[in-house]
Amino acid sequence: MTPALETVALSKSFGALPVAQAIDFALVPGARHALIGPNGAGKTTFVNLITGKLAPSAGAIRLGGVDVTRLGEAARVKRGVARTFQINQLFRGLTTLENVVLAVSEREGRAGDLFRVAGSRPALVEEAYAMLAGLGLADDALRPVRELAYGRQRLVEIAIALGLKPRVLLLDEPAAGVPATESRVILDAIAALPADIAVLIIEHDMDLVFRFAREITVLVQGAVLTQGPPEAIRADARVREVYLGERDG
Amino acid sequence: MNAAAGGPVAAIVRQHRLRWWEALPWAAIVAAYFLFPDHRALGAQILFMTLFALSLDLILGYGGIVTLGHAAFFGVGAYAAGLLAVHGWREPITGLLVAGVAAGIVGLVSGLVILRTRGITLLMLTLAVVFMLEEIANKASSITGGADGLQGVRLDPVLGTWRFDIFGRTAYVYCAIVLFVLWLFARRLVHSPFGRSLTGIRENVQRMHAIGSPVHRRLVTVYAIAAAIAGVAGALQAQTTQFVGLNAISFERSGEVLIMLVFGGAGRLYGAFVGAPAYMLAQDSLAKTDPVYWFFWLGLLLVCVVLFARGGLLGLLDAALRRLRR
Amino acid sequence: MDALLAAAVSILFHGLAYAMVLYLISVGLSVTMGLMGFANLAHGVFAMAGGYVTVTLMNRHGVPFALAIVVACTTVALASAALERLLYARLYRAGELDQVLFTIGLVFMAIAAAHFTWGPLPQGFTPPDALRGQVELGGRVFPAYRLFLIAVGAALVVALWLGLEHTRLGARIRAAVDNRRMAESLGIDVGRLFTVTFALGSGLAALGGGLGAEILAINPRYAIEHLVSFLIVVAVGGLGSLRGSFFAALLLGIGDTACKYLVPELGVFFVYVAVRAVLLWRPAGLFGRAA
Repeated sequence: MTPALETVALSKSFGALPVAQAIDFALVPGARHALIGPNGAGKTTFVNLITGKLAPSAGAIRLGGVDVTRLGEAARVKRGVARTFQINQLFRGLTTLENVVLAVSEREGRAGDLFRVAGSRPALVEEAYAMLAGLGLADDALRPVRELAYGRQRLVEIAIALGLKPRVLLLDEPAAGVPATESRVILDAIAALPADIAVLIIEHDMDLVFRFAREITVLVQGAVLTQGPPEAIRADARVREVYLGERDG
Repeated sequence: MNAAAGGPVAAIVRQHRLRWWEALPWAAIVAAYFLFPDHRALGAQILFMTLFALSLDLILGYGGIVTLGHAAFFGVGAYAAGLLAVHGWREPITGLLVAGVAAGIVGLVSGLVILRTRGITLLMLTLAVVFMLEEIANKASSITGGADGLQGVRLDPVLGTWRFDIFGRTAYVYCAIVLFVLWLFARRLVHSPFGRSLTGIRENVQRMHAIGSPVHRRLVTVYAIAAAIAGVAGALQAQTTQFVGLNAISFERSGEVLIMLVFGGAGRLYGAFVGAPAYMLAQDSLAKTDPVYWFFWLGLLLVCVVLFARGGLLGLLDAALRRLRR
Repeated sequence: MDALLAAAVSILFHGLAYAMVLYLISVGLSVTMGLMGFANLAHGVFAMAGGYVTVTLMNRHGVPFALAIVVACTTVALASAALERLLYARLYRAGELDQVLFTIGLVFMAIAAAHFTWGPLPQGFTPPDALRGQVELGGRVFPAYRLFLIAVGAALVVALWLGLEHTRLGARIRAAVDNRRMAESLGIDVGRLFTVTFALGSGLAALGGGLGAEILAINPRYAIEHLVSFLIVVAVGGLGSLRGSFFAALLLGIGDTACKYLVPELGVFFVYVAVRAVLLWRPAGLFGRAA
C-alpha cells in the first residue's frame, strides 16, 4: 500500500546546526499517528519541511507516492496535505464562516475568480457551514473569529484545514494553550476525524497521545529515536529516559 | 439542505447585493452638480481624486499592501494622456484607455519585481519606484516639460458633442461617469471570490499560503488593476485641468491619497468617497491661506487619526452605529 | 589612464564621505527597527533637526563648530527620548500601516515647522577655519572637510562597534535585538532600553545631519528627500546590524556617487536596480536574519 505521506532521509541544517537528521517516516492512509519528543526536538520543523514552508537540505518527501520535494507550499496543499499551526493562524478580522469558506473556495479552485460574485456558488458556503456545524461552531458562524474563546478558535483552525478535504492532515499541538475546560471539545473533534484521512498529530499531552494514536514516532534532536505502537513506546526505557523530568504523565 | 443554515449561508451569498445607502454618494454627486454650479471644476477634481483613492483601497484596504508609491501610476496615466493629446491624439475616451493600459503595465512590471518582499523592504521599494519615475519625468524635460510641466493639453469634445469648457460642466459629468463605471467594476471585484481572497491575504498571509493560495499572483493582479485605475484617474486630471506637473508623480501625491483613504476609512470601498471630498475641500479652503500651516495641521490630523480613530471616519460611524444598536 | 584613475579616486573619496554621513544617520534607524520592529519613517527628521540646530548656532550665534555639534546632538537626543516615551511607545503593538501613517504625520509637521522657522531655502554651511581649504595627499588634492568627515566617520564606526561589543548596554541591546522575549525574561528592562536606544540613534542621526550639512543640504524637505536612501541602507544592511548598515552605506554611498558621476541621466535607475538585485539575493539584507 502506498503511504499517504512518506519522507526518505529527510534532513535540514541551519548552518552547522542540524534540526532534522535523515528522518525516514511513513504515514499510511487513514493513519492515526502521533509525533512526540522533548521541546526543541524538531517536531514543528519536521511539519514545516513536509508542508513546504521550509526547504530540506537533503532527502525526499512523497505524497501518495508522488515526489513533492521541489514543490512549494501552495502546490503541496493542492496535492492533499493540510496543517494546523501551534499558534492559531486565523483570518482574525473575518467571520468564522468566512474563514472556512476561503479554504473551501481555494480547494475548489474558485478563489481566483474575478468575474463572478462570491455568493454565486452557495454550495461552497453550505459545505463550509456544514463543517462548522459538525464541529459545534454553527452558532458562531457570523461572529468575527477574534471574538471567539481560544478553545473554539482552535476548532476553527481545524475546520479550515478540514475544509481543504486533505488526504494528509498535520495537527501541530491542537490542544496547546486551550484551558482544561475547553479541551474536551478538541479531543472529541480529533476523535471524530474522517477515517480515510491520514492524521499526524504533534502533542505533549500523553493522555491524548495514547488515546488517539495507533502508531507513535519519538523524535529527539531532529532524529527518530524509535517508532511503534503505543504499548511498545510506553514500555521503551529510552523513551522514559528522554522524558524523565520532562513531563508528569 | 439544512434549513437552519439559511441565515449565515444566505448572509454570505447575498453579500454583494446593493444596499440603499450605496446610492448616497451618487445622490450627493448628482446634487452637487446642481447645488454648486460655480464649483464644478473643483468638483471634477474631487471626483478623480476619489477614483484615485478608490484604486488605493483595492491594494491597501483589501490587499493589505502598504505603499507610499501609488502616485507613480497616477503620474504615468497623467503623462500618457497628456502626451497623447499634445502630440495630436485628442480623443478623450481612448486617451483614458491608453493611459489606463500604460499605468497598468507599469503596475504589473513593478508588482512582479517588488511584491515578493514585505514590510519595510516593500515600502522602501514602492518609494524607490515613485522617486525613480519622478526623476525620469524630471530629467526627460524635453518630452515631459520637466519642472515646468506639460502645457497645452487640449482635447476634442467628448463623443464629439460635449466640449471641455472653463466652467467644468463637461469635466464634472465626464469624471462622474468614469468614476461610476470603475466603481461598479471595483465593487464587483471586491465581492468576487478573488476579492474575498484578498481580504484573506490582508488578514493572514501565512494562512493563505497554508490553504494553497497563489498569493503572489493574486497580489500582482490586484496591483496591476489598481495601477490601471489610478492611471485613469491621472488621465482625468490631465484632460480636465489641461496640465500635467511633476507633482502628479510625486511622493507628496502618494502621501495625499494615502491620507484621503485612511481618513475616510480603508477596506470599506466607500472610504474614498468620504475621505477624498473631505481632504480636497479642506485643502481648498485652508491651504489657500497658508500652505505651510496646511501641511502642519495635516500631519497633526494624521497623528490623531492613528492614535484615536484608526478606522477613519467610516470606522467612527460604524462604532457609533454599533453603540446605537445596543 | 591617469584621468581614469583620478576619476576613480575622486568617486571613492566623495562616495566614502557620503557613505559616512549615511551611516551615521541610518545606523540608529537600523538598530531601533531591529530592536522595536517599528517602522520609523520620521527618523530623517532627527538628522534634519541636528543640521538646523548646528547651522543656526554657527551662523546666527557664532557658536564654534564642535560645541554646536555637541549641543545639537544632545538636544535632539533628549527631545527624541521625550517623543519616544510620550508617543512612539503607544504604537509598538500597532500594525505597519499605523506606524507608517503616524511617522509620516510627524514628518509633515516637522516639514511645516522647519519651513515656518527657517524658510524654504537650504541652509548655508561654512566649515570652521581649521577644516576649510584643501589637503594634499599622495600627490592629489582633497577638500579638508570631507577628509575630516571620513576620519570622524571611521572613528565612530569603531567606537560604535566597541560600544556594542564591550559595554553592558551594548550587550543588552544585542540580546534584545536577537530575542526580545528571552531578554525580558532575563530581567532586562526592555522599555527603558528602547528609550535609551532610540535617543542614541536619534543623537547619532543629528550628528550625521550636522556634520553632513555640507553634503546633504539642510532644508525643510530633508526628511523626505533622503528617506529612500536611509531605508535602503537599513533594508540592504539588515535590520539591527551595525556591520550591515556600514557595508550598505558604503555600497550606496560609493555606488550612488559613481552613478551620478558616470551616468548622471539614469544614475538613480541603476542604484535602484542594484538595490533590488541585492535584496533578491539576500532578502533579509546583507547581515540580517531571515524572519
